[in-house]
Amino acid sequence: MTESSTSSIAEKSNLERKIIRRERLSLVIKDKTFLIGTSILGFWLLMALFGTFIAPHGASDQDFEFVSVPPQMKFWFGTDANGQDVLSRVIIGSRLIVVMAFSATALGTVLGTALGLATGYFKGKFDMIVMRLIEAISAIPVLIIALLAIAALEGRSPTLTVIVIGFVFTPNIGRTVRAAVLGESELEYVAAARLRTERTRHILFREILPNVLPPIIVEFTVRLGYAIFAIATLSFLGAGVEYGSPNWGSQIAENWGNIYSNVWWPTAFPALAIASLAVSVNLISDSLLEIFEL
Amino acid sequence: MKRFILQRLGLSVITVFLVCVIVFFLTHILPGDVARQYLGRGATEEDLVEFRRVFGLDRPLFSQLFTWIGHLLQGDLGQSMQYRGPVSDLLLPAIRYSAKLAGVAFFIIVPISIAGGVVAAMNRGKKVDRFITVGGLSAAVIPEFVWAIILVLLFGVTFQIFPVSAFPEEGERSLLNQVWHLVLPSISLLLVLFGYVARITRAGVIEALDSDYMRTAVLKGLSRRKAVIKHVLRNALLPTIAVIASQVPYLIGGLIAVEIVFNYPGFGTILKGAVDARDYSVLQAGVIVSSLVIVLFQLIADILFALLNPRIRQKVSE
Repeated sequence: MTESSTSSIAEKSNLERKIIRRERLSLVIKDKTFLIGTSILGFWLLMALFGTFIAPHGASDQDFEFVSVPPQMKFWFGTDANGQDVLSRVIIGSRLIVVMAFSATALGTVLGTALGLATGYFKGKFDMIVMRLIEAISAIPVLIIALLAIAALEGRSPTLTVIVIGFVFTPNIGRTVRAAVLGESELEYVAAARLRTERTRHILFREILPNVLPPIIVEFTVRLGYAIFAIATLSFLGAGVEYGSPNWGSQIAENWGNIYSNVWWPTAFPALAIASLAVSVNLISDSLLEIFEL
Repeated sequence: MKRFILQRLGLSVITVFLVCVIVFFLTHILPGDVARQYLGRGATEEDLVEFRRVFGLDRPLFSQLFTWIGHLLQGDLGQSMQYRGPVSDLLLPAIRYSAKLAGVAFFIIVPISIAGGVVAAMNRGKKVDRFITVGGLSAAVIPEFVWAIILVLLFGVTFQIFPVSAFPEEGERSLLNQVWHLVLPSISLLLVLFGYVARITRAGVIEALDSDYMRTAVLKGLSRRKAVIKHVLRNALLPTIAVIASQVPYLIGGLIAVEIVFNYPGFGTILKGAVDARDYSVLQAGVIVSSLVIVLFQLIADILFALLNPRIRQKVSE
């Protein structure tokens, strides 16, 4: 399925491909799934940027007259066992996961693209060795290798977690890019550029890269979803973020023990926040996948 | 076929070896002094030297690496710094528990996901299809621990249908009761894996439905349902096997969070304890064991795939 669609596109000239890409882009912005996804993601981006101004209370404000009170007019999402406003913590807690997920995915995408371009274009022994290493890294569950690396680095620092996740993602993104580059480097325009004795750097970044951008963008959104997944889980497990900092995973970790006494609100709202953020990213990647026929 | 199996086996051995090397260097090259961390700030210089000698941390890196791999080959996973005993004593019983959970989960996940994929494919483009594909993948991106907590809240606390712990009390551990306790944790894993498996099954079924042999089957008078069971499923299961094997890493990763929420004494709970205590040898062993399981499943899937589809055998050498 995929092969036939790429080969039919591959037969067309670069100009035609540009037009096709533009047409698809206009399809994307009209797609309902895409619109729903971007509005939810946009909402959380706003919260991440301006949350501290929007939240009705401070993230660490405590009110001991209102401990574990259910949702009400003064506290829309109720308060937790520390007398902290759940709504404010959910709003302000969006910042850490959004910033971390975007930076980790960006790091992984940049490194993975470089790796994919190099292995796909140069092939040979270099490619073989890197592919073996990539296979080995893919045989380790992301979460477990992240836990090991974070523990080894004594890390409660978000920056460190971002770097670890970025590195763990690199091989996967590299593999996707490599596959796309392998297909491209067979095409005539690459051979033509070689005949023009263009420099390798020019061929890789000016000729091939623009043509493999769609799969890279889709891969970025897919990985962004995984990053949210991994960061939420790591912070729930108490790794990779500072203890007590306002973020959804820690918020759930600190409060979920109380669900047995039916104090569900300090847990349920951050859980829904994680779910909505993850789903919004998935809707975006889903609609991109469908429209770019990848 | 023999050559193919040997080749795959060889690649798997290389992969596992590389995993060992990666894990070793990850814990040894990264900054951070294990001895200092373990003994605390009050440790004297002699204590540190003694600790490094006992755990072999004072020898050259490569010598450490090869002794370590040699020990691994003999089934010696090292000493837990936290419990001061062999890691295997700690890990093996936990792995047995996790295998039980994964087994129950597997029996729930595979048939339901395949059925979901078939239903979606048979109703291509209709609402059921959209619901299964978009809904399934949306559920898949929500972390297991979120699902686990939502399920506990709904079915354990509010409606009290299922037990909130995955581990029955002492004296109530009949097989049936054990399985019953594992249903809710399995459902949280199902929700995360359903989307991927169903989507691949759906694609396989659709491809088979559009094929010439399917048209022949229908033309020769087979009912659609019979034709699907007889011809389509067999062909659509091929990619499904591959995707199920590729989901094993996620299943293992997911076990950690689910076990903690359901208070289950498995592999994940041990790893979480090791993270909290910075017990590297347990973490290292955890990575090695889980990769071993993953590589093994990948190998089995590759061989099954080749057995069912002779065409693939020629493409292997790539």
